[in-house]
Amino acid sequence: MNKKTENILFQCTGINKEFGSVKANDDISINVRNSQIHALLGENGAGKSTLVKIIYGLLQPDNGSMDFLNKEFSPKSPKDARAQGVGMVFQHFSLFEPLTAFENILLGLDKELGEKELHESVVTLSESYGLDVNLSSFIGDLSAGERQRVEIIRALIQKPKLLIMDEPTSVLTPFECESLFKTLKKLASEGTSILYISHKLKEIADLCDTASVLRKGAIVGEYDPKKMTARELGEIMVGQSLFEPKRPVATNKSDRVLSVKINEVKPDTQFGVTLKNIDLEVYQSEILGIGGVAGNGQEELMQILTGEKKDRSVSIKYMDYNVEMLNPRERREIGLAFAPEERLGHAAVGSLNLLENSLITDPKKRFQKKMGFINFSELNEFTNEIIEKFNVKTTGASALASSLSGGNLQKFVVGREIGQKPSLLIVNQPTWGVDALSAANIRQAIVEIANTGATIILISQDLDEILEISNKVAFLTNGNLSTPTNTADIKTDEIGAIMGGISV
Amino acid sequence: MFKLIPRENVSPVLSLLGPLFSVGFTMLIGGILFYFLGVDPFAAIKMIFWDPLMSETFSTYSIPQIFIKGAPLILIALGLSVGFKANVWNIGAEGQYIMGAIFGASFALSLYPLESIMIFPTMVLMGIIGGSLWSMIPALLKVKFNVNEILVSLMLVYVAEQILALASLGFLRNPDGAGFPGSRNLSQYSSASNSELIMGTGIHLGVLLSLLMVVFFYVLLFRHSLGFKIKLLGNSPKASGFSGDNPNKLIFLCLTLSGSLAGLAGIMEVAGPAGQINIDFNVGYGFTAIIVAFLGRLNPVGIFFAGLVMALTYVGGELTQFMLNLPAAAIQVFQGMLLFFLLSFDLFVHYKIKLKGNK
Repeated sequence: MNKKTENILFQCTGINKEFGSVKANDDISINVRNSQIHALLGENGAGKSTLVKIIYGLLQPDNGSMDFLNKEFSPKSPKDARAQGVGMVFQHFSLFEPLTAFENILLGLDKELGEKELHESVVTLSESYGLDVNLSSFIGDLSAGERQRVEIIRALIQKPKLLIMDEPTSVLTPFECESLFKTLKKLASEGTSILYISHKLKEIADLCDTASVLRKGAIVGEYDPKKMTARELGEIMVGQSLFEPKRPVATNKSDRVLSVKINEVKPDTQFGVTLKNIDLEVYQSEILGIGGVAGNGQEELMQILTGEKKDRSVSIKYMDYNVEMLNPRERREIGLAFAPEERLGHAAVGSLNLLENSLITDPKKRFQKKMGFINFSELNEFTNEIIEKFNVKTTGASALASSLSGGNLQKFVVGREIGQKPSLLIVNQPTWGVDALSAANIRQAIVEIANTGATIILISQDLDEILEISNKVAFLTNGNLSTPTNTADIKTDEIGAIMGGISV
Repeated sequence: MFKLIPRENVSPVLSLLGPLFSVGFTMLIGGILFYFLGVDPFAAIKMIFWDPLMSETFSTYSIPQIFIKGAPLILIALGLSVGFKANVWNIGAEGQYIMGAIFGASFALSLYPLESIMIFPTMVLMGIIGGSLWSMIPALLKVKFNVNEILVSLMLVYVAEQILALASLGFLRNPDGAGFPGSRNLSQYSSASNSELIMGTGIHLGVLLSLLMVVFFYVLLFRHSLGFKIKLLGNSPKASGFSGDNPNKLIFLCLTLSGSLAGLAGIMEVAGPAGQINIDFNVGYGFTAIIVAFLGRLNPVGIFFAGLVMALTYVGGELTQFMLNLPAAAIQVFQGMLLFFLLSFDLFVHYKIKLKGNK
């Protein structure tokens, strides 16, 4: 054997997996070398998750073979995979909220271990890798970053040779990301290989030694992320060149479009977030980005802004109107438009077709004739126009919304709202789960309407997105909103402090 | 063993086949039931589904009867279907039907023997109001206190039946009726009579209204924005709220609309075919209409045909009663089976069945 193969920890060759007529994995071969952080890069639906599920024993490949530690490897179950030295940390945590961190680690073990013995090894582990967790606190009281650390400890306690991390940074603040990266680098330097799944290009360049790029279920190639720009990698990932939308030029400060003042609004459920001390003003042609980690009040703020939740103590002034007691339809009538985060079942309805989905937001009654009868020709025209203009891939206006992919439905929803020609557009997570090309299109469309005089509030957990197109940024932490600052004046480490500082 | 997998696209052909299959299966299983009751199953099935339409002896009487019995079923089912589309479950149409009849009849009989052309339209209006008031009770409780409308509307049926007994034995009893229960005969009170439109057939205004209502509801549901709002609420309350609709208003509207139609059916029946308020005035149209609404796929045109099919089983069922001595309950079982099979077939319409793997 030559030197190169000796250095290989894990290898898969010709992996195929089909779901119905969809080829999720098409002849995939990758090599993960010892002590390396190997990125698996691809858009949503490129086949990354399928591949790692096969490696972790959750799925069986249709054909193809795997080698691990120079032996044939075909795990029948995750338990089997763990026993042979593969660990995995999922994007969505599988922790029990009413139990303590330590109890959760205890529960995840395959073999019996003395509680005291385990406690010691957990403490050593968390100290040596900087995995700071209060073991006796309940999971329900921990932040997303802390929960993730519990998951990582749970995986590491079994001493895996290969650790799979599925989009670990999607729930973390920049500060938490940095400490995660330190941990991962230390692990790699001590001999654990890491298979790191992400579609965030910048972090891959910072962290990973090698990147295998997947597109439509097949491997495009293996690259050295340190020698490439994020943009080059991104273009390989989507298979076409990307354009960067230009930030609009914010105009004169005098034209205030919206001001929101919230002293305190309690949530409807016990899991909700209390909104506190929010005071924001937005001016014409401005894009205000509202960043923050999920679950810090984004949903609650959105509901107050759309009018789905009304509260007398809140003051919302739009132009010369006091709108806090208006319902969503009345707010749309005076020029607001909204695109909430949840596409199916909120912004759009899966069991209705696209024509009917266009009817959901129809403030100016363009699709109504006299006496409330529906004007189908106008409705058809509008819907087809959105489909065409926003490049929505569908069989036609009479297709059910549920038949569209997430990205296409999102383009439809954003297109529908932009189609109202709003003066103020409020969007929450407009590109969440959307492929890179569609995301760029959506951002471009948002910037375009800002350039024609509309005002935008962009709530997003994607920091890059916010920094890319907004003029001003503010951050939500625990229901508090920081004072909006000019994007040009803000530094990345400050963002970490704002987002992370208050959330602990 | 088996696994149910939701179909991505529900085929319209399959969804149409459901009602047809359920009629077929009802015939099959009903036939077996009739066999065990000691009746020739083929003769019985033929008598229910074929003879009322085709037999020379019966059809001249039966065909108009199908429309007469179908009219209240169609009227009530149309109203119910709108609520069902919005996930508002009024199953107390029977009570609203009774209250519509009592309201209208009480109004007309209080004026007896005064004759005026204003009496009939006002009586019909009172019937509609009676039904809608009765449905407003579950509507208000639902909207104000989030009380389950299924329970309230159903229980109010039994209350309505007691009021019906009170009316027939008490405040509406015919003073010239020799002490027998039951009100004066409205069909003999010309200002209030819902008389036949075509001589000798018994076809009355209610039949005509049921046809008009099919058109009205079709337009409401498929051509009007209110119909869309109702559909949106049923499909996703959250999207309905996002659209800016007030769900409580829509729920209230759906319930009172179905109550009004049931009330209309009730007053048409009492002033026409039934003739008088009596203890056994109601024959379960309000419940059977639930079957009709689902058999017709909550679609007005579908409900029209489903109402006629259901009426056919009533008319044919009566034939088997006096020709073959089949018990009346056997026909009710027959009608119940129809809904049962329809709902069973819906499972296959919406899901694929897969045998689970080899292990």
